[in-house]
Amino acid sequence: MTEGPELVGGEPEIREQPPWLERVAPRDVDWRSLALIPSLAVLSALVVGAIFIVFTEGFDAILPAYRALFTGAFVGWSSISETLLVATPLILAGLAVALGFRAGLFNIGAEGQMTIGGLVAVIAGFSFEGLPAILHIPVALLAGFLGGALWGFIPGLLRAKTGAHEVITTIMLNFIAFRTLDYVLKLPGIQAEGRFDPISQPVLPTARLPRILGWLPVDGAGGLRLHVGLLVALAMAWAVHWLLFKTTWGFEFRAVGANPHAAKYGGMSVVVAIVLVMTLSGALAGMAGGNETLGVLGRASPGFTAAIGFDAIALALLGRSHPGGVVLSAILFGALRAGGRTMQVQSEVGIDLIVIIQALIIIFIAAPELVRAIYRVRGGKETGQLTRGWST
Amino acid sequence: MTAVADAATLVRAPAEVRSARIRGFIYLILAVGTYGLLASGTEGDVIFRLGEVAGDLDWTVSSKGLATFSAAVFGFLGGWELTRGVGRWSNVALAIALGIFAFAFLGFAAAGKSLSLVGMLDGSVKAATPIAFGALSGVMCERVAVINIGIEGMLLTGAFMGAVLGTIVGPVVGVVGAAVAGGVMAAGLAVLAIKYRVDQIIAGVVINIFALGLTSFLSAQILVEDSATYNSPGVLRPIPLPLLSDIPVLGRVFFEQNIFVYAMFVIVAVLSYGLFKTRWGLRARAVGEHPKAADTLGINVFRTRYVNVILGGMIAGLGGAYFTLGSVGAFNENMTSGRGYIGLAAMIFGRWHPIGALAAALVFGFADSLQVKLGILDSGIPSEFLLMAPYLVTIVVVAGVVGAARPPAADGQPYVKE
Repeated sequence: MTEGPELVGGEPEIREQPPWLERVAPRDVDWRSLALIPSLAVLSALVVGAIFIVFTEGFDAILPAYRALFTGAFVGWSSISETLLVATPLILAGLAVALGFRAGLFNIGAEGQMTIGGLVAVIAGFSFEGLPAILHIPVALLAGFLGGALWGFIPGLLRAKTGAHEVITTIMLNFIAFRTLDYVLKLPGIQAEGRFDPISQPVLPTARLPRILGWLPVDGAGGLRLHVGLLVALAMAWAVHWLLFKTTWGFEFRAVGANPHAAKYGGMSVVVAIVLVMTLSGALAGMAGGNETLGVLGRASPGFTAAIGFDAIALALLGRSHPGGVVLSAILFGALRAGGRTMQVQSEVGIDLIVIIQALIIIFIAAPELVRAIYRVRGGKETGQLTRGWST
Repeated sequence: MTAVADAATLVRAPAEVRSARIRGFIYLILAVGTYGLLASGTEGDVIFRLGEVAGDLDWTVSSKGLATFSAAVFGFLGGWELTRGVGRWSNVALAIALGIFAFAFLGFAAAGKSLSLVGMLDGSVKAATPIAFGALSGVMCERVAVINIGIEGMLLTGAFMGAVLGTIVGPVVGVVGAAVAGGVMAAGLAVLAIKYRVDQIIAGVVINIFALGLTSFLSAQILVEDSATYNSPGVLRPIPLPLLSDIPVLGRVFFEQNIFVYAMFVIVAVLSYGLFKTRWGLRARAVGEHPKAADTLGINVFRTRYVNVILGGMIAGLGGAYFTLGSVGAFNENMTSGRGYIGLAAMIFGRWHPIGALAAALVFGFADSLQVKLGILDSGIPSEFLLMAPYLVTIVVVAGVVGAARPPAADGQPYVKE
């Protein structure tokens, strides 16, 4: 009935080559699709967002709201510090999703991987009393890395061995991670002493990520919250770039994403690649979680991930799954978030508008023909698109 | 034809043998686990109450016996899978075995106590309703080869519109408005997936993020400020069906529910007949299996897909209204909490068939209800683990079953007219 290769028993699932990857994770650099389309997408999203403001608060609310958004994001050292602070976990989680995309895997589980990673990092952060900071910080970050890796390994293995779609398994593992967090936070030895709500002990000062803007010659520079996690995230972006584009493993990951048949006949193990990519992806998300608990919050409580793992999907798409693009997109999203808080305080418009804007950005990015049609952009080839089904 | 069918029963594909073997081992592990953890650790009897009041229709069983029986069923199925393979009935076998296990688990948790079984089954049907609506929405879309990950978002939009219109105008308008809202979301998915050929999984995820952002935004901007005017629709009362609701046990469970539950049964019946017995259904399925052939025969592939996806969205919107108008009575941010994804798993578990989807949703609903019941019983198991149960079941189902089920052949592929 169907054309295309038959499934062979005992083999991992093999998919048709998906041209959508070319859009999500392009190989050729075309300045139009790389810079123009994302810019227009952001612009369009802000315009549609303005329509929502008109609908709820009236026409006059647009300008104050967007002005507060911009001020809160970029004007003054404090705003810049907050923007980069929010961007830091977004970079790590965005890299996690982007790495998956490069290998043709859609990791929606960054949120759960962050939860577990952040939790394990906190446990490492309040244990090991007496350890010097120079050792304690790496140990705690590594703990987050490993926690997230475990939460990515499970769907990777299920995917490679049983064909269970990672979209479903990672979403389910998100919920399981949240419940696990609720449970662990109430265990004696982990719950903060004297507390009855689910909240962990505070991280020891030796495991807190040090702030890095104290040297600025402005008033209150010591209060700027940006911490060393940003440098870790940038280093990871470089590392992912190196892994993907300069190593044999990275070549294999990308080959599996582009064409699993070719990868298999080229002698690569699709199973190993899938498991490894999901594990590394989870590990990056886990570091994002550790970054939040060790850098910003100082302890773990329910919902500490604050949907960063879902924003990561949007910004991986926006950054075209390229580490550099992810960093830029994360800064943009950081600006939206940080500015959104100011907007919420200074105007009548709630911060949930940011979620709508982010969703609109993905729509415009995922459907570039929509943007092309609106702005009459010419050039830049677009291919038809194939996705994989549930089991074949 | 018969010779081919015979050959197919004699020679099994290696992949089938492999997945049967995996299932077999899982069954054996479950058998050992059930015996070791449940059967050896319990004493005493459990009383399942089938009637409305204690003493009326009681059913007393030994907890240990029940657990041993469940272990034996797992062991038997494990042996069957490892030797001959259960084949096409493996989903049904799994569902039955899990059902028996659920009873054994209840017996373990409630040993020495009594337990209202009717109340639990009633809770199962109620919990299954939104999941079933989601799964039916998935069936509608995937039968024409459009993957719908956006069920969750459509449920949420339906819940929101149901609450708002239900409060401002009235419950009937609320229900209709919820269906329309789900349909609008689905139209968005359809345009992205069919016209712009966006990756359908990404399009669905976008629908979910958008719906979550939209409903949270509007809820914070409008509903919270004046919930009496906008967000207090009240709950639709159950309507006992004459005669049918007098049947013992089943009457209370199935025929003393609100309009949503009856609508669910009607939709299951209509879709089962429509998809497999009418010209419309044949055409829809042809578009899902081989769009090119369908197009050649003069079926409008695009229109068929648009119509089905939008109808599917309306079904999901209706299911969303169940949250606000059928159960809670007010809208809360992200109140669907993943039911749409569980609906998706129910659709896969139910093998893309309306009746299968309903049965799978009832299994998930039972797991949900079980979790509530065990929480009340204070069985010593932390409530967080019980809350994980539906999600764990979903993973097991997707990992263990999907290999055996076959989605529509063109599922997830956009159609490009030549």
